[in-house]
Amino acid sequence: MFEMPEEQLPKGNKNMIRESLPRLLGLLDGVEKIELEQVALDIGDLEFFIPTGTGQVDGRTGFHLPVTTVPVKPTTLIPAGFSPYKEEFSGRIREVMLGATRAGGGSRSRVLTIGGADAPPFAFIGNPPVNPPVLAVDVFDMDISLPRAIKTGIKEVMADPAEWARLNVNKFGADMVTIHLMSTDPLINNTSPRDAARTVESVLQAVDVPIIIGGCGDPHKDSLVFCEIAEMAHGERLLLNSVTLDMAEAKTLEPVARAAKKHNHAVLGFTGLELNKAKELNRRLYEYLPPESIVMDLTTVALGYGLEYSFTIHERARYAALMGDSELQHPTISASTNAWAAREAWMKMDARFGARDIRGPLWETLNALTLLLAGVDVLMMMHPAAIRTVRETVTNLTKHEPVNPDRISGWAGARI
Amino acid sequence: MMAAVTPKKTIREISPIDVYRLLPRTNCRECGESNCMAFATRVVNGELTIDECPPLRKEEYHTAHGDLNALLAPPVRVVAIGAGSRSIRIGGKHVLFRHDFTYHNPVPIALDVSDDLPAKDLADRIKTIADFSYNYIGRTLTLDAIAVRSTRNDPSAFAATIKAVAARTDLPLILCTTDPAIMAEGLRDISVRRPLICAANQENWNAMADLALQYNCPLVVSAPGDIGLLRSLVKTLTAYGVRDLVLDPGTFVDPGISETLQTFTEIRWAVFREHDDILGHPLLGIPLTAWLSSEISRNTIAWKEACAASMLITRYADLLIMHSTEGWVLLPQLIWRFNIYTDPRKPVSVDPGVREFGTPDKNSPVLVTTNYALTYFTVESDIKAAHVTCYLVVIDTGGISVESAVAGRYLTPDLISNALRDYHVDQLVSHRYVIIPGLASRLSGDTEDASGWKVIVGPKDSSGIAQMILDNWPPERM
Repeated sequence: MFEMPEEQLPKGNKNMIRESLPRLLGLLDGVEKIELEQVALDIGDLEFFIPTGTGQVDGRTGFHLPVTTVPVKPTTLIPAGFSPYKEEFSGRIREVMLGATRAGGGSRSRVLTIGGADAPPFAFIGNPPVNPPVLAVDVFDMDISLPRAIKTGIKEVMADPAEWARLNVNKFGADMVTIHLMSTDPLINNTSPRDAARTVESVLQAVDVPIIIGGCGDPHKDSLVFCEIAEMAHGERLLLNSVTLDMAEAKTLEPVARAAKKHNHAVLGFTGLELNKAKELNRRLYEYLPPESIVMDLTTVALGYGLEYSFTIHERARYAALMGDSELQHPTISASTNAWAAREAWMKMDARFGARDIRGPLWETLNALTLLLAGVDVLMMMHPAAIRTVRETVTNLTKHEPVNPDRISGWAGARI
Repeated sequence: MMAAVTPKKTIREISPIDVYRLLPRTNCRECGESNCMAFATRVVNGELTIDECPPLRKEEYHTAHGDLNALLAPPVRVVAIGAGSRSIRIGGKHVLFRHDFTYHNPVPIALDVSDDLPAKDLADRIKTIADFSYNYIGRTLTLDAIAVRSTRNDPSAFAATIKAVAARTDLPLILCTTDPAIMAEGLRDISVRRPLICAANQENWNAMADLALQYNCPLVVSAPGDIGLLRSLVKTLTAYGVRDLVLDPGTFVDPGISETLQTFTEIRWAVFREHDDILGHPLLGIPLTAWLSSEISRNTIAWKEACAASMLITRYADLLIMHSTEGWVLLPQLIWRFNIYTDPRKPVSVDPGVREFGTPDKNSPVLVTTNYALTYFTVESDIKAAHVTCYLVVIDTGGISVESAVAGRYLTPDLISNALRDYHVDQLVSHRYVIIPGLASRLSGDTEDASGWKVIVGPKDSSGIAQMILDNWPPERM
């Protein structure tokens, strides 16, 4: 039983009820049942007016009318349809062509076009990517320490980059090959630009897919190496991996960009998880190169070591690009192999966490799948099982195949 | 066809003033903040909830409390599963993209048990699930719930298994059968645990709704591959009076993962872009359906389940039911789930400075690392495990790991040099040797030039620190 102050008693006045309703509701909250004593109501005179739009009567907040009418329970399904939401975006990712055929001035068997996205990745059924993401598989120009799970499949070819490249294409189905010229590092072997170019030449002869050239990270040395290779492989539409703001600072960016333009190659701009830096680098590159020759590496961090930063920066970049930020309208690349930096990928752990030979490849796979969903256009990979899974997933995500509910409807009762 | 709802302000559009004007505005500081405006700001940033304002619970602020709830209500409702301290909250999503606002309520991962398991196997499986844990950057990651499935089509077997599970663990429960009679039997004795009823569908919805109302339990609404039917069921069940609904749009792993991810995504775009209130409920993903496959290799199925689970964590699932208990399947899920639910604006970092391990003296080694939390805690636990006595200089790299910090120039010779100087490391030790991470080896020459200290390149992974110190310390000419 509750009492209402006399002056607020409703007298059939709608406004009065409207004013007192919030307070009435406040008093009623949590009350399961109301007993009205000594109240005579003339039903004919009573008109219950519930104002709308006050924000008070909201089933979501747990704040609701506890009494009045018992809802009439439906006995049949209330129809409701669904028409998928679709958003048109003003921006579009530029298309970048990698590799050139004989007709285009190179020696590759086909051209790979990456980018072109005009919608968020894999968001809307019936809207497959303009150009499906492609996989590049790594080759190194020297003996490097690799996790056992990876080494097992490639140890016979590790001494010969050309053979290694051939294995990547013929056995693992690589769309592209990355030749990492690690040995050019002044702190490692300091291999000369001329010798590095010879290695690249041997890879170009061994396989006919587009090639990515990986440098050593030294802004001076990379510039010398890239310029030498750009000239040697004139017209091949190589992707030079990578150019950086460090190079701009060291004044070595311009020669590389000019060489790329002159000899018809593309460049990969690398920045460390900062979109403003990525935009700044692109602006510098626009001075020398058509935007259709620029790909972005926004940094891929291993699962468990900051993958969420990479994921979010890729989602942000892609969405900003689709909304019209032209400086971010470039295809992106992700080094999924960085997953192996996580100790959970390569380390022997307690038996309940399983063998590293399966844990590691899954780590690389999940790193790649996560950034695939963020819109990455080129995935740089190594482990055959990871390559196979990502390839299958890309294929599945690119086609529209109606599902059959009967296949899974019995899951609750299935013996597995 | 879509409900014509006036879009309310999104969490990004709500200003601290909107919250402030509904608060008591007494600046009582009971919440721990210096004033009501500061509290309002942190609420809008998602760092505090309005329930953390004690006066707001008073009768006099009841209306304001309700208004605040309505103002801050997420477009994807929150549903609680379980009772008491072990209850879990799912859903409560404010945004489509993580970069817009922190995702709330990390997706719980439930593992299944079936009622055909012999008692011993059941006990073992429950123990495996309840005990599974991994220590990650100082936090313990665990599994969150158990889904009991009726595979024998026998009400008493189902009820007996549920009771056995409930007796062994206080993890929240999900009861899985589409037969209302079996569900009724299973619910009867453990309804106080407030399990999630899984599931109502086109055929059984009114019987399941009656159970959900009778026992006040949340209810899964299942319509695999048919969002229109899903909306119809939600509309009907809402009219029926069931409020806590979880949506199962169907999880198809192989083939069908593409449709599954796009269905989840379409639902969320409808909620956030079209203000579709009917679909504004948490989403259930069931990677377990990978096991309904003719594939023979269990590892292959588990691998597919792992991939599906990870992609569903990325794409909008609010609750997962899985089958594999293999650590290699679950570990990456727990880590990714933890990661993607962190605040995107803040690097996970620790305070920079010098840490001491053991009781170091003037001859103890000096190691350098970054202030990325995972790097730091990994190094710390390796040093402690091996009982290494040393100083560890933690450098402010903006919370970025060594490899990325070197690549992105967040860890540079100058930063190392400045840290050695600013933290007066030269007064802590009498030698001038600094051990830098193996992944920063390229910085060694320039660091020597910048700091005047001799650089020793340490191991690439901190698990090698103990051996490295054993082999290299003290340096010959020290």
